[in-house]
Amino acid sequence: MPMELFDIVFYIFALITLLSASIVVFSRNIIYSAFGLLFTFFGVAGLYVLLQADFLAVTQILIYVGGILVLMLFGVMLTSKVINVELKTGTLQTWPARFLVAILAGSLAGVFYSTWKGVTAPAATLTTTTKGLGEMLMTTYVLPFEIASVILLVALIGAALIARRDRKA
Amino acid sequence: MESAIQNISEFVAWLPKVQLAHFLLVSALLFSLGIYGIVTRKNAILVLMGVELVLNAANINLIAFSRYGGLNLDGQVAAIFVIILAASEAAVALAIVLNIYHRFQTVNVDEVSNLKE
Repeated sequence: MPMELFDIVFYIFALITLLSASIVVFSRNIIYSAFGLLFTFFGVAGLYVLLQADFLAVTQILIYVGGILVLMLFGVMLTSKVINVELKTGTLQTWPARFLVAILAGSLAGVFYSTWKGVTAPAATLTTTTKGLGEMLMTTYVLPFEIASVILLVALIGAALIARRDRKA
Repeated sequence: MESAIQNISEFVAWLPKVQLAHFLLVSALLFSLGIYGIVTRKNAILVLMGVELVLNAANINLIAFSRYGGLNLDGQVAAIFVIILAASEAAVALAIVLNIYHRFQTVNVDEVSNLKE
């Protein structure tokens, strides 16, 4: 069966995602984990592009790579004694976890494959997603949108309050 | 045994042509890796990284169904909300982790167990 460009690109991005995700999970060095997370986010953004979610792919890179990952790196740097270049981390109960996670992955993959292997063709071609998303956020999803803005405000104030060191006031 | 071999060969023949289930398989593996990270890591920040992997796996599912399952743009809106929640969760959780570090001089989740006593 000939492979088209779409399939090849899918396999490249899937490989990037899964390989770097396993670096995140299995590496002993925290910095390697953080950079593995970077490539995982890029791979997932590529999968979004293949699924015609262009706005979400850009959002993924902006928010995850530009925001969350930088936050994580700050956390790593602020909570490890950088003078000793170790930055190593321990693991707990690896073998039971491996066993259970293998069962989890197998059953999830089996359920997904057996349930959805019949769906071959895309149900919808999504062109202008940005316009559609903006309209939906302002009409159908206006209440969740407002609640999300309140949640962001609460998270902002809460994080600033929790992370402040001296609390004399 | 026969049927198992037949199933596996069917699966291998099915693999090259990318469809919905391929994306779902990637997301299932990503989810499992994230769960493994959450369960086994001692460092709280690496636990958070595992949570991010799990959220990304959920997002891949949502967007795959928005394209293949007839969910259309609703799936993408749900994915946007997941990203928003992930961002706020990361900010608050890292603030808590920094506080824990100032108090206990460690971020290993197995050593911070004062509530147990």
